[in-house]
Amino acid sequence: MAEVATTGNKGKGIRSDCFVTLELTTEGGIQLQIESKVGVMYGESIKKQALEMMLFFGIPNAKLKLEDLGALPFVLAARIEAAVKKIIKTEKEFLLPFLESNKYSTTRERNRFSRLYLPGNSPALMINAGVHHPDGIILDLEDAVAPEKKFEARFLVRNALRSVDFYGAERMVRINQGERGLEDLEYLVPHNVNLILLPKCEYPEQIHAVNKKIEELVHRTSYIVHPVWIMPIIESALGVVNAYSIASSADNVVSLAIGLEDYTADLGTKRTTEGTESFFARSMVVNAARAAGIQPIDSVFSDIADIEALRQNVLRSKALGFDGMGCIHPRQIRVIHDNFAPTSDEVEKAKKIVFAFHEAEKKGLGVVALGNKMIDPPVVKRALNTINLAVKMNKLAENWRECYEQI
Amino acid sequence: MSKYDKLVTNAAGRVVPTIINGKPAVPYMGVGKYRPEGFKASTRIASCADYPDDGNKVVPSLKEALVLAGLKDGMCISTHHHFRNGDLVAVPVFDIAHEMGIKDLMWLPSASFPCHEVLTKYLEDGTIDHIEGSMNGALGKFTSEGKMKGLGVLRSHGGRYQSVQDGEVHIDIAVIAAPTSDEFGNCNGVNGPTACGPLGFALADAQYADHVIVVTDNLVKFPCIPWQINGNYVDYVVVMDKIGIAGKIVSGTTEITKSPDRLLLAEWSAQFCDEAGLIYDGFSFQAGAGGTALSIGIYFADILRERKWKARFARGGSNKYLVKMLEEGLVEYILDGQTFDLEGVRSMRDNPHHVMTTPFTSYNYHGKGNFSSLVDIVILGATEVDVNFNANVVTHSDGYLLHGIGGWMNTLFGKTVILPVPLFRDRNPVIRDEVTTLCGPGELIDVIVTERGIAINPLRTDLIEKMKNTKLPIRTIQELKDEAEKICGIPEKPKFTDEIVAVVKWVDGTVIDSVYKVDK
Repeated sequence: MAEVATTGNKGKGIRSDCFVTLELTTEGGIQLQIESKVGVMYGESIKKQALEMMLFFGIPNAKLKLEDLGALPFVLAARIEAAVKKIIKTEKEFLLPFLESNKYSTTRERNRFSRLYLPGNSPALMINAGVHHPDGIILDLEDAVAPEKKFEARFLVRNALRSVDFYGAERMVRINQGERGLEDLEYLVPHNVNLILLPKCEYPEQIHAVNKKIEELVHRTSYIVHPVWIMPIIESALGVVNAYSIASSADNVVSLAIGLEDYTADLGTKRTTEGTESFFARSMVVNAARAAGIQPIDSVFSDIADIEALRQNVLRSKALGFDGMGCIHPRQIRVIHDNFAPTSDEVEKAKKIVFAFHEAEKKGLGVVALGNKMIDPPVVKRALNTINLAVKMNKLAENWRECYEQI
Repeated sequence: MSKYDKLVTNAAGRVVPTIINGKPAVPYMGVGKYRPEGFKASTRIASCADYPDDGNKVVPSLKEALVLAGLKDGMCISTHHHFRNGDLVAVPVFDIAHEMGIKDLMWLPSASFPCHEVLTKYLEDGTIDHIEGSMNGALGKFTSEGKMKGLGVLRSHGGRYQSVQDGEVHIDIAVIAAPTSDEFGNCNGVNGPTACGPLGFALADAQYADHVIVVTDNLVKFPCIPWQINGNYVDYVVVMDKIGIAGKIVSGTTEITKSPDRLLLAEWSAQFCDEAGLIYDGFSFQAGAGGTALSIGIYFADILRERKWKARFARGGSNKYLVKMLEEGLVEYILDGQTFDLEGVRSMRDNPHHVMTTPFTSYNYHGKGNFSSLVDIVILGATEVDVNFNANVVTHSDGYLLHGIGGWMNTLFGKTVILPVPLFRDRNPVIRDEVTTLCGPGELIDVIVTERGIAINPLRTDLIEKMKNTKLPIRTIQELKDEAEKICGIPEKPKFTDEIVAVVKWVDGTVIDSVYKVDK
């Protein structure tokens, strides 16, 4: 255990964070030094929170320095708690009240067109992420967090799950690989995380390990716990080969994602815009996911400046059978949604089929026909899906059939 | 002489002095309520017989020109911000005054920038008594800490013209930095190596100052065409090696934003305008600086292009994006008070549809009308907005003076004024119970667009009606304030002493609010 602990970020371009330096002393009480950008408005509040936390963790003597860049209370709490726990061992957790509006759960079938990656140790990006309305928000504890920051990021992500309003987005976390990832779950499962992304997934056993841990945590916690879904990420040649057994490994696996940066590295090739090198893997993932009855989800597109290239990428992705993809900038969300959404042609076709389906039902016919053509049940099912989606995405009025009948 | 005296409560409920730097001042009475009578200020009678027949007014140095202009203690010296942060003229003027042992000058800049921060040393040693104009950055901090000898006066661009015209301010010496001039003093800002655009902010000074000095680094043979300022107003012409850094005309706020949050504000603002029917074939808008405002222009362009509509005119500050709209035929005219980048300069020089305006045409309270009320959509920023839609643009929530008013106050007279602002900056809520400093009365501010909702001023029942069925998140301003405080906590108020360090003048010259010394 360290004598002096530091947590948080400071320096050029850092906002909404607080750099904490904590040193335990043997006398003199809590010597608090606050340098805050918002000292005039929140100086007293910051002081009160810091002293309350020292009391909570039973620290009578310490030098505590806060270099505050406008951190919100949940950030401040995460930074101070992480600093304390770098020095002393304690089971106690300093938890701010759970935001009522964050107590929602998500369903297996919900749309997962877009999932926005946010680095797990950068509070500034978390605060407004929800206003851009991605389907999911991923607080990333894995690749986006430097090894020496992994420890403190857990507290920030935990507090964000409790305190940041993501306005209905599915609250996802990408955990670390291996044992560290299982430990990450302790900071997530009791705090109503909706979905766990499991990186570098190669065997069903990895899913089982995560589920075992989730079960333990559910038993241990007194909070309301909703289902925790899992989205394994296939990022290696072996993962691709085992895709189906991973996709079908547990009931709570709802989607299967592919991560192309690592996959192409594993193949010993490079990622290209055309994506020929990953065609096999993408098709495998789509096929495995469909075989298991879950959503296939595509990788991220990393050139955030090139919106047109992203659009092309989304269209290719949809054509391959994917149901969504990752994004790394809020600007990408709209393009992803617009292009995964059913086109007006698709909607028009679906309307005809669904209308015919309801007509057949009304007449008590077992077979749906459009003109002289029989419509197979799977086609009807797909048309119904298309209509539901179009309604959900405001591309079609809910009562469209009333108007349709009038035509 | 005390800095101020005789405090009263004005019509906005703010306590303001009625004696400012020894001169009487009128408290704010309400929008459009003040109508002074009598005659405008008059200028010194000049006789052309006193000026050289060959038209050559060139003197060897700035110092010589200042001496010839009779520089002495207590004078009012004006300069302009056409180069924004690239100005190389204002500081040497005061270097010379300091060297000559001159004291108690009043500096009347049309705006101040970080490049002027070095002038704090002359505020400290008494060369400059006080500033009337804008006090930005370090100058604002200096003022807020009560270190300025005289009382600071903040005015809008229009208010500056008004104050000169009604005699509230008398300029002894105007120093006009001009990118191109002839020896007679005809000058413009669109030609020459340091071309910066229009010189409109210097118009009042040229017309009303006792002595006018033009400083240039590009002397051309008579005639200098176009003459944005007539040499007939000019006493002396000085040639310097370099009067400005053209590249620094472009400030940080003249690029469109890459911030997703600001883009969202821009998108919602444009969508709001569209759904409310404010955009139509032949409409007009004020573009303004700032990443968000610029991005809104891009969304407007998309809408116009798609519907094959045109804006009849756009008000500048112009920039490359607006110029593109002009050249693409999406905007018929740019009426431009200042150019925010070199593309703007080029366009104003070469395109007859890109027209220079001055505070006289655009904003002046003593004109027989002005253009500001003709604009359909005005997009502005603010440091704070309160639950009554009042806005602040000069101080921050910590009480420090940080920005000037510019044309902000004047453009509030546009038909619909929209303020896209973040609900909070870091941990600073932007929507407050009461603004720290009142600059814009709520009755003139129509819509507040934040990333967590849009509030429409209840006075605008027409907009509320039009937006009844929108999918945009319409909220009350109180709801927005509550949400900000739920996220950030309830802020403490800044601590002030009861000492006033500056006043804010409304567009008509009345005193709308006081700025207090911060209590450290």
